[in-house]
Amino acid sequence: MDIPYTVEIRRDTGLTNGKIGIWLFLASEVMLFGALFASYILIRSGAPTWPRGDTILNVPLATFNTLVLISSSVTMVMAWSSLMRGRFGTFRIYMGTTILLGCVFLVVKYFEYSHKFHDDLFPSTNNFLAIYFTLTGLHMLHVFGGMVVNAYFWGPGAKLWKTNPRWFTNRVEHAGLFWHFVDLVWIFLFPTLYLL
Amino acid sequence: MSQPGAVVVPASHDAHEAHHEELGFWRKYVFSVDHKVIGIQYAITGLLFLLFGFSLMMLMRWQLAYPGAALPLLGRILGEARMPGGTMLPDFYNELGAMHGTIMVFLGVVPLAVGGFGNFVLPLQIGAPDMAFPRLNMLSYWAFFLGGVTMLASFLVPGGAAQSGWTSYAPLSVLAGAGQTMWLIGMVFLITSSLFGAINFITTTIQLRAKGLTFMRFPFFVWAQFVTAFLLLLAFPPLEAAAVLQLMDRLAGTSFFLPSGLVVSGQVLTVAGGGNPILWQHLFWFLAHPEVYVLILPAMGIVAEIIANNTRKPLWGYRSMVYSLIFLGFMSFIVWAHHMFMTGMGTAMAAFFQTTTMIISIPSVVILTALIISLWGGSIRFNTPMLFALGFLPMFGIGGLTGLPLGLNVADIPLHDTYYVIGHFHYVVAPGTIFALFAGIYYWFPKATGRRMNETLGKIHFLGSFVCMNVVFMPMFLMGLAGVSRRLYDGGATYAFAQPVLHLNVVSSWGAWILAIFQIPFIFNFFWSIWKGEKTEENPWQATTIEWASPSPPPHGNFLAAPEAYRGPYEYSVPGAAKDFVPQYEA
Repeated sequence: MDIPYTVEIRRDTGLTNGKIGIWLFLASEVMLFGALFASYILIRSGAPTWPRGDTILNVPLATFNTLVLISSSVTMVMAWSSLMRGRFGTFRIYMGTTILLGCVFLVVKYFEYSHKFHDDLFPSTNNFLAIYFTLTGLHMLHVFGGMVVNAYFWGPGAKLWKTNPRWFTNRVEHAGLFWHFVDLVWIFLFPTLYLL
Repeated sequence: MSQPGAVVVPASHDAHEAHHEELGFWRKYVFSVDHKVIGIQYAITGLLFLLFGFSLMMLMRWQLAYPGAALPLLGRILGEARMPGGTMLPDFYNELGAMHGTIMVFLGVVPLAVGGFGNFVLPLQIGAPDMAFPRLNMLSYWAFFLGGVTMLASFLVPGGAAQSGWTSYAPLSVLAGAGQTMWLIGMVFLITSSLFGAINFITTTIQLRAKGLTFMRFPFFVWAQFVTAFLLLLAFPPLEAAAVLQLMDRLAGTSFFLPSGLVVSGQVLTVAGGGNPILWQHLFWFLAHPEVYVLILPAMGIVAEIIANNTRKPLWGYRSMVYSLIFLGFMSFIVWAHHMFMTGMGTAMAAFFQTTTMIISIPSVVILTALIISLWGGSIRFNTPMLFALGFLPMFGIGGLTGLPLGLNVADIPLHDTYYVIGHFHYVVAPGTIFALFAGIYYWFPKATGRRMNETLGKIHFLGSFVCMNVVFMPMFLMGLAGVSRRLYDGGATYAFAQPVLHLNVVSSWGAWILAIFQIPFIFNFFWSIWKGEKTEENPWQATTIEWASPSPPPHGNFLAAPEAYRGPYEYSVPGAAKDFVPQYEA
């Protein structure tokens, strides 16, 4: 038995199931990060003193990481658009680059974290660091999750291209939507934690 | 949606072709992707958890009725760590209380109402072959199952299960034993499960409805599940955020919910401090108020189906009911702080939240009124599902009306910590929602099994439950108005002002135990009818909605031919028609 509208669109909604599914998932993610940002605001507004992010955190490294993530969003779009033109080889290159850029982000983050731990700055030190580690930690989990999905489509999942290229293209598009969301969360996190 | 230049291959895929061959036992009944099997798995697991959660409460009722008295037999089985000499320890009482709430809400009612009925009935009612994402659906059940196992396992860790109430208020919960960590991890599983479920329900409803089934031709039950899914999708993530923050507090030593200078057992706690315990309450109730509607909306959906079917009339005011439902869904996100008047949040905040609370009562009243008016002039068939549905109306009415004083800041403050609150929300959920769920089980049982449940046993079950539910919960209003606190391990025995009403604790407790006895006919009926019940045709209730077009029980893929909707959902007693119902699916 086949589930309808997995590959082809339903005429009256103009959408596939997957497209609706991923947007609903992103809506719930917005609520998750929204709640954490709201908690940040409540805790900060109740604190007698609050350090400015750049006095504790490494702004140049984070700026570099911001550029890395934005570039990875660009390569993600390029990967999808290669599939749209039927160029599977180019897709592999762009998707590979996206995954590598994700790795770069995580490695930079690893150095940032270990530097903090080396300076005896832990989540338990104060609430600024607590929210910093929680928010960036959860974001890193999302980056990692996105990379796993991307790696699947780069590797074993790419078999689908041979049998059903349209479905495969749709799936890469949905993975891309998630990846852009993760990028967007960072674009909110960066000024909130590092600059304000 | 644009397409790649390549040739489009028809939508067949090895994962789907696998369905055509005969599946083995494990794939068919355990790791099934069929929405009907998953629905039944959810329903049975949910029923078992309801029974378990009820048992926890029956133990508590012993301590409340006869504080300090040794419980014969069972007291010994539970062991010295919990009930030395058969007398319940305060910590064990707290465990029972916290886990009763958690299990009933998150592992009992929601899985049965949404996971069970939603999964089984919704795709059938919209004429879909299955859910939009069958494998995600299976994952949803197994995430729920893991969450349930985690919660049950937490009884066995040192110090026992969570003891800080089903609300897990900080800072008490942050400082509690290992059971609380298990509670948080269990909640993360349950949240994941409901997220998968919600995505599936919404996508399925939008995409897989039958040809001709426009939104205003949906049965009310479909609408109820659709709105509920949005509440689950958007309200649960803030609790997940809260659970992450509390886990950080407990495991990484942060102070999100721990204020500076907190004194515990005479010593100042050595943490960074600067946290806010009220933050937990905000995040928790941001979920838990919409959660109240997650508990009640599917119940309203079930009751609406059964009332239309057994009055042989269209629902009165279908459109106003649907609009009320949508409005209710929106409003449920901006009333949460009416649970928090006791925090001293200030008059401006309280004024806002009590206003929204008064507004949200209007759509609930519209729906209830429409259901009551639907009865007018009908020639009512008093079968078991209908009795439970009729029982729902006044019980939910009492629950709703007693909630109004709690929505007002001034009246809430003296009532909030008393048994009045317990009485109020139990009227909504226990004789309210759970009656609707029983109604649904009796109503859709023939669809799931091809057999009917026994009517006589069903009526005994209904009458006994109806009387006992009121015996359990009505005294709580009186005790609450007398000022008895709902948080006492001895039920108020040490308070002089509570003495005149203390005997009501005994009444309540006996009500609960006899209520348990009246569930035996149901349990027996349920299993007996699976194998021995009276066989039925595909549409035993002469109903109009699409689920009755499929064979009973429906095969994998549900319908023999793709159904189409030709009219609205409740075309009963149409003047000039040959019979008193015109099914939606008949041209």
